[in-house]
Amino acid sequence: MIFVGHVMAIARKDLLAEWRNRESFTAMFYFAFLVLFLFNFALGADQALIRGASSGLLWLAFTFTSVLGLGRSVQGELENDCLEGLLLYPTQREAIYLGKLLGNFSVILVVELVILPLFAILYNMDLWSQIPKLLLIAVPGTLGFAAAGTLLSSMTAGLRAREAMLPFLLFPLTIPLILSAVKGTEVVLRGEPFELAMPWVKLIAAFDVVFLVTSLLTFEYLVEE
Amino acid sequence: MVRVENAGTRLGPAPAIEARRLVKWYGSQPALRGIDLVVAPGEVLALFGPNGAGKTTLLRILAGRARPTSGAVQIAGHSLDRDSDGVRRAIGVLGHGHQLYEALTARENLLFSAAMLGLDQPREHVSEVLARVGLEAASEARVRTFSSGMKRRLALAKVMLREPKVILLDEPYASLDLQATKLLEEFILAKKSGGAATILATHNLTMGFGVADRLAILRQGRLVFEGRREETSVEAFRSLFALYGELGAVE
Repeated sequence: MIFVGHVMAIARKDLLAEWRNRESFTAMFYFAFLVLFLFNFALGADQALIRGASSGLLWLAFTFTSVLGLGRSVQGELENDCLEGLLLYPTQREAIYLGKLLGNFSVILVVELVILPLFAILYNMDLWSQIPKLLLIAVPGTLGFAAAGTLLSSMTAGLRAREAMLPFLLFPLTIPLILSAVKGTEVVLRGEPFELAMPWVKLIAAFDVVFLVTSLLTFEYLVEE
Repeated sequence: MVRVENAGTRLGPAPAIEARRLVKWYGSQPALRGIDLVVAPGEVLALFGPNGAGKTTLLRILAGRARPTSGAVQIAGHSLDRDSDGVRRAIGVLGHGHQLYEALTARENLLFSAAMLGLDQPREHVSEVLARVGLEAASEARVRTFSSGMKRRLALAKVMLREPKVILLDEPYASLDLQATKLLEEFILAKKSGGAATILATHNLTMGFGVADRLAILRQGRLVFEGRREETSVEAFRSLFALYGELGAVE
């Protein structure tokens, strides 16, 4: 119960700070809009081309904006030595990790939910009927990406070149997860039966478990000197 | 008067802080070179030393935030190696950074601390410490709008929320006005009478002298002086400190 209380307190604190500042959200949304807008121009009106590239484009926007959010989240903890203060509380390190993950995951998911309609409008796609199926891929995909990202952003927090190091480490590590999410999303966007996307969903779920377990086991060693 | 001593055989209550042969290297740079230190419950040790002497490193190790290269630490009976959670439960730390979230209000910062400390009736506790540090009127203002003195007061309020057996203060007088300094001294003395041990690392000889039972000088990672306050005067200690400062500069 205490453990859950700590997780919720950290996540609530992060979300409250984000709600007040809206720094991450604004930066993430603007970046996603720019990516989708520019590719919209580049691909033109060729619907076949758009259909072929759409799932990749969507996850390009999702993952790039997520990296922005993850970087800003750890930046908030570095200001005024807050991370040091957080680590001085009598709480398990796993609770700190899960609290940060919950905060990051929630912010990224909200941005994705705003991006989806924008994507539908810009690329003239009827997504509304597909939204529940898309969420079945986007939610676990985002969870896995946020799980690895929260761990790596904490690991690189002490580095001078942390903003460069985070994507440098995160993208190679999460390539299998991103590819699975892209393939699963492709099935949904083509309007094919969701059963065809299930192998990809299972693969994403497997990566989620791997990233979560690994992160919970290693977080303590990465944040302690 | 000058006495360089290692923590030897002890009698009486178990020490609140016990460090044995603490050594810390940062790469090829020694930060601490074999510190033996014992602080009894209810005792205040003022730790002086020039910049780079190792004061902050020593406090970070005692707080469990840095790992010693070798040596052992016990805080309120908890071994740093085996029970770091127990150590964190026993300590209150006021460090260089104020460790406050600037987007949150003063009250929200303290409520977060109260939640992390698992306090019962957190709202009552928070209101009480806000009143104690004189920030009740500013409790709903975001910390971003605070002066550095107000942030320092709020950081002190965070320490007050805890019931620490060991208090570690690193340059606590920085940015504090006279009223807040008095508040800090009252807090240290109240905790002292409640049996909490305090290590106060400071450059402020007068302030350190005012609350300390024991004085120590750390220079180049070594404890070069340790003595009881009543054995010396501020002036004599100032001369001694200047002498060690000189030695440090020469070396």
